[in-house]
Amino acid sequence: MSYFPDEVIEHVFDYVTTHKDRNALSLVCRWWYRIERLSRQRVFIGNCYAISPERTLARFPALRSLTLKGKPHFADFNLVPQDWGGFVFPWIENFARSRVALEELRLKRMIVSDESLELLSRSFPNFKSLVLVSCEGFTTDGLAAIAANCRQLRELDLQENEIDDHRGQWLSCFPDNCTSLVSLNFACLKGEINLATLERLVARSPNLKVLRLNRAVPLDTLQKILMKAPQLVDLGTGSYLTDPHSETYSKLKIALLKCQSIRSLSGFLDVLPRCLPAFYPVCSNLTSLNLSYAPGIHGSELIKLIRHCVKLQRLWILDCIGDNGLAVVASFCKELQELRVFPSDLNDIGHAAVTEEGLVAISAGCPKLHSLLYFCQQMTNAALITVAKNCPNFIRFRLCILDPKKLDPVTAKPLDEGFGAIVQACKSLRRLSLSGGLTDQVFLYIGMYAEQLEMLSVAFAGESDKGMLYVLNGCKKLRKLEIMDSAFGDVALLTDVGKYETMRSLWMSSCEVTLGACKMVARKMPSLNVEIINEHDQTEFCPDDDEQKVEKMYLYRTMVGPRNDAPEFVWTL
Amino acid sequence: MSKENGKHLPESETKLTLGLPGETRGPTTEVGGKSGTKRGFSETIDLNVESSSEKQHSKNSDHDDGFVIDHEASASRPPPPKAQVVGWPPVRASRKNVMKSCKFIKVGLDGAPYLRKVDLEMYNSYHQLLTALQDMFSSCLTIRNFLNERKFMDPVNGIEYLPTYEDKDGDWMLVGDVPWKMFVESCKRLRLMKSSEAIGLR
Repeated sequence: MSYFPDEVIEHVFDYVTTHKDRNALSLVCRWWYRIERLSRQRVFIGNCYAISPERTLARFPALRSLTLKGKPHFADFNLVPQDWGGFVFPWIENFARSRVALEELRLKRMIVSDESLELLSRSFPNFKSLVLVSCEGFTTDGLAAIAANCRQLRELDLQENEIDDHRGQWLSCFPDNCTSLVSLNFACLKGEINLATLERLVARSPNLKVLRLNRAVPLDTLQKILMKAPQLVDLGTGSYLTDPHSETYSKLKIALLKCQSIRSLSGFLDVLPRCLPAFYPVCSNLTSLNLSYAPGIHGSELIKLIRHCVKLQRLWILDCIGDNGLAVVASFCKELQELRVFPSDLNDIGHAAVTEEGLVAISAGCPKLHSLLYFCQQMTNAALITVAKNCPNFIRFRLCILDPKKLDPVTAKPLDEGFGAIVQACKSLRRLSLSGGLTDQVFLYIGMYAEQLEMLSVAFAGESDKGMLYVLNGCKKLRKLEIMDSAFGDVALLTDVGKYETMRSLWMSSCEVTLGACKMVARKMPSLNVEIINEHDQTEFCPDDDEQKVEKMYLYRTMVGPRNDAPEFVWTL
Repeated sequence: MSKENGKHLPESETKLTLGLPGETRGPTTEVGGKSGTKRGFSETIDLNVESSSEKQHSKNSDHDDGFVIDHEASASRPPPPKAQVVGWPPVRASRKNVMKSCKFIKVGLDGAPYLRKVDLEMYNSYHQLLTALQDMFSSCLTIRNFLNERKFMDPVNGIEYLPTYEDKDGDWMLVGDVPWKMFVESCKRLRLMKSSEAIGLR
């Protein structure tokens, strides 16, 4: 290869942006490794305990944007105790000391304290973007610090966090000369908002493109905001209740006619469906619609709305849309790429909301579908086989049958063949979640065919260790494996411990794994942290009894050894 | 498929449960699963129709597939509320909270051919509820809600309707007399009753 000066290579590397691609560059040769690491500005760390802040900066001194993930995925479903870990403070503190020119921080499932937010807000004069997803540990006081001190703030995006709302005036902490906001999402906040302050903030933010309101913002304020911000691209309504004969509603309709740029719509946390027609003019431009937090919109009204959404690419809804509603989606939303159907009533597992019929209809009508999350009452092998034929392009396929071990209701067989058809047909499949009655056979299929699989979620499945072994042996690209309540034990865990070094993490809870086996993994693989999480009474758990089954085990590769912030109930072997 | 043929099984073995096919049930262990085994399915989604005192034995009972008849015929007892197992279904807390706050009750309009359901938790005031009720039956009758008056009138035939509700004690009351939250708590069903029939309520 002919010689290029470093600057030229670096310039070329500027066009290579994804994390995966940058990693690939760094593996080509030492020279490229060096140029790449010195020029990388956006760093992604999938497990905050895999590396330390110090070593991260040592490798990437030009870091400007950091993405960090903390707790394992099953923490979303309350399987991980709250204080397990994932604290962001050490990272912020280290970066502040090292005078990193931090501009962007994106956190998922981490514990964020008000102290961290305050330190963040004071330490990085160029800080522009804060995105917190499924985090907890902070209050609106922390938000006030961000608002007050981050002079260049463009983005404050809070998604599904647990925030203690002190009902203070955090919104008022944005200084009057702050006009740089591009994106503001506080939909997950539970408390009241100073409405006048919000209106003024919107009025002085000409670049505002994304605005997602919380429940405390009434329709009246929404109308005023839309008049001031017709340039919005992404809107999340707050409370959507008013008298349809009122002047407010008329004004809203007029305001919405001017909002020709809205491509993404969400919210409707409280809703009067009769007032939805105001949004019909907006619907025809929508590419993304999220009504999964709007249980007040019933099937027929949902359908009326969706008929207008002919350009829709992403749809998140509740299962009250029904199979019939999904058939309507299939006939109107031909551009659909991502569909998520969430359960609307967890207490009444008997009622039929959506079944395999809805999914088959979607697969037949929406050829571009590549990502699916589908909560349903039942599924059949025949349906899955049909879906696989119709949509061979799935990248993400997550099926959740609410009754977790439910067999095919038509044949009374497990769903092995159905999922087998999916993995065989969908050669690009990267993520898969299983449910329903499943034997070891499905795992044989997964090991054989799911060559691109990176993440697999298993619950109440399998018959023996063979199942897990098929997956570990077959899926060469596997990065995350999470298993709950399944028949896998020590043999499966121990047969190929080297495999875990090629993966980010393994989670096993309520399986047949013993303490002794976990200890052996830890002994053989010093590059892994093997954590035992034991929430119940400590005296019941005997650290020397290797025969006892382990309630929850989480193991992950790391370059920095056991962490020093683990709580009492977490034991790193 | 059960092991009961020719064997004398204790009653605890014959409880109706939903077991995993081929699930191994180990020797009796204490309640609470301290052994750390995967949770017996009966501990999870609880479809048992049995008394609570016997619950501990059910997960340890030694039958293959678990489908055995309970001779006690607990048909007389209502099934216990389904236990929600931690981690299943895989739904985030923020979504579960959205659903939990549903309080669906039936709404009837005298003379209308169908009943509707409304979620009282969706509304914060009587005014909002009445507006919603008006909408709900607007395809059926042209009733209108008069502001500040808690009644509906159909201008076509001049019939007046009063919103009434059945409370926890089974009594029929006029909507609007008690504070909103109290109303939401105690309301079991709604009925838009013809004024002429609502004599006893005034």
